[in-house]
Amino acid sequence: MSETTITAPENEVGKPPAGARIPGPTRGPGPRWLRPVLLGLTALVVLVIPLYLEAYWLQLGFLIAALAVGAIGLNLLTGTTGQLSLAHPFFMGLGALSYVVLAGEPAETSLGPVIGFNWPPFLAMIGGVVLAGLAGLLFSPVSARLRGLYLGAASLALVFIGLHVLNSAQPLSGGYNGRPAPEFSILGLSFGGAEEPPVVLGVAMGRAELQWYLGAAVLVLAMWFAKNILKSRVGRALKLIDGDPLAASVVGVPVMQYKGKVFFLSSVYAGLAGVMYALAIGSIAPQSFDMGLSLDYLAIIVIGGLGSVGGAVAGAAFVTGLPQVLQNFAPQLGFLDALGLTTAHLANFIYGAAIIAVLLFKPDGLAGIWRDVASAVRRRPNRQATRVSPGDRGLPGASPTDDSADAADTTGHGRPGDIPGAPGPSTATDSP
Amino acid sequence: MSETLITGLSLGAVYALVALGFVVVFKASEVLNFAHGSFVIAGAYVTARTHELLGFYGAVLAGIAAAAVLALVVERLLVRPIRDAPVISLAIMTIGVEVILNTELIRRIGVDIMPLGQPWGADAVSILGSNVPVNRIVAVIVAVIVIGAFLLVFRFSPWGVAMRAAAEDRETAELLGLNLGRISMVAWLIAGILAGVAAIFLTGAPTPGLAPTLAAVVLRAFPAALIGGLDSVPGALVGGLIVGMTEAYAVAFQSELEFLGRGIGEVMPFLVMIIVLVIRPQGLFGRKETARV
Repeated sequence: MSETTITAPENEVGKPPAGARIPGPTRGPGPRWLRPVLLGLTALVVLVIPLYLEAYWLQLGFLIAALAVGAIGLNLLTGTTGQLSLAHPFFMGLGALSYVVLAGEPAETSLGPVIGFNWPPFLAMIGGVVLAGLAGLLFSPVSARLRGLYLGAASLALVFIGLHVLNSAQPLSGGYNGRPAPEFSILGLSFGGAEEPPVVLGVAMGRAELQWYLGAAVLVLAMWFAKNILKSRVGRALKLIDGDPLAASVVGVPVMQYKGKVFFLSSVYAGLAGVMYALAIGSIAPQSFDMGLSLDYLAIIVIGGLGSVGGAVAGAAFVTGLPQVLQNFAPQLGFLDALGLTTAHLANFIYGAAIIAVLLFKPDGLAGIWRDVASAVRRRPNRQATRVSPGDRGLPGASPTDDSADAADTTGHGRPGDIPGAPGPSTATDSP
Repeated sequence: MSETLITGLSLGAVYALVALGFVVVFKASEVLNFAHGSFVIAGAYVTARTHELLGFYGAVLAGIAAAAVLALVVERLLVRPIRDAPVISLAIMTIGVEVILNTELIRRIGVDIMPLGQPWGADAVSILGSNVPVNRIVAVIVAVIVIGAFLLVFRFSPWGVAMRAAAEDRETAELLGLNLGRISMVAWLIAGILAGVAAIFLTGAPTPGLAPTLAAVVLRAFPAALIGGLDSVPGALVGGLIVGMTEAYAVAFQSELEFLGRGIGEVMPFLVMIIVLVIRPQGLFGRKETARV
């Protein structure tokens, strides 16, 4: 690297040194038209689904959205930055607890009185997110200083502390019985118990339908934000911290500060996920936020593909949806009874095996499979042309600096066509 | 008060056995092994299943062998094929193993409490005027012997020397012709044996036997390993003792700690861990990774 790297580190933050496993910005896989068409189709499907599906599936969709939001946050921390964390249930629990306390009403339970502040639910939701973020900041002396694996084991402590608090802070959490979560409402639109729910195309917009749209909206925002982070200078710095912390600090990335910040960001995501989780389940109880949830989360991001935003969503759908789908088909799965298994056991086996299979055979998970498929759809000659003479054909996609969102998805391992360690176009400035 | 001291020592010795398993595996193969708890449960399960057939000591051997073989299989079939993957992926691989093993083992244990048939049962002896379960005393003695044997092997055997060299500098060790694969294999085997031994005492008096809650108990060896430093053998011993003592005293002073909520004894080791890590991120005896820029 040139001298300028050392004397002016601030300007070089996002630029990977040769050898770091970071791909330069490249075109996303698939033909040009694929992305907008798919996005449009997805949006349409998401919008019309509540008109056709039963409430059960809509509620499952909202639950998946809740976990997907959390998983996107965890993926920024673990997948992109390489900081393992098991603490997500703690921050989710904190977000959920704050929401329930802030929006709830004071009440008497069999275990004693509980406190409530009667805030409007939307404000309470923000309050939950803020408090979870504050807790993430409080933990930053630990999260910023620990290397990846140490953080993983240390963050386990938060799960147990969280469970303990939920169990013993009875006036807030309702103790081991838990406490119902107040229904969400926004702009005068109540999600539950409305006398006359609004009707769209002959379908009454009840709790499940509205939650579906809420989940979709929050999820889109969460994805958009994460993708932008990954595409930015900060995102490239985070990937470099995972690839080579020493190189990162040499090019001027404040490694400790960034580790603390990304932990904060992931706890904000977790807090939001926690509020949605409480709304989806309709109550909070300590056992919802135990270590099993930590493991679910890691399963989600691994199966989806470490570092991929879309992968986190797909992983959440797989891990959360699997037990429900299996349960729905329980009558057809008669052989389980003979083996003394329940569908919950089977779901655990499948997702444990899925983690192992992904790591053994397809380390970039569902996101990697998707990229392979999209690359296969894309016509080969076209691809050659783009590679050899960028800009020649005047296509917007032909420019190598086109940073399509999928370029930001990769953590750097193995996309076909990528030369490992190839310097991105930005490093060109280094050579005279 | 000597009862609390002995309880702490005994718990600490057993946690040290489990923590040592984490540390050996981490040193040899850079894997943070979340499946280690499952090895403990598997050892306990096999011992509990076979003690009527083989007698207690035969069953103990069977349990230890089962845990060791399980560890070996996981290393050979699952961890080794991806040994060049990022350390995070390796750790998550063991989580996948843990999910499968724990689901199956806990399903098999069911709601019962399975006795392991320790011949000392729930007997207690009186030491300095307080009743101490024999199980606790046997635990201390056996743990001291096993850990002593381990330290000798670690210090003097060819494997121990090779393993320390490999932990010091993997590339140089490999260039010198040390077989890293074999070193890692033996480390997992030893971790399995330690897990099998610990299982006997974690399920003994005052615990009535093997119950699904063992999974949560084993997790407390995590703070033990981290307090001492994940890559430090003496650290595992000290960390084990700290966690054991913390737990014993937190339980003994439960009434005074009531304001922190019930069951604080189980959370205490984790709180101690966080405090230690804030002050020394690499643990008490862990090697600090320094890099000059």
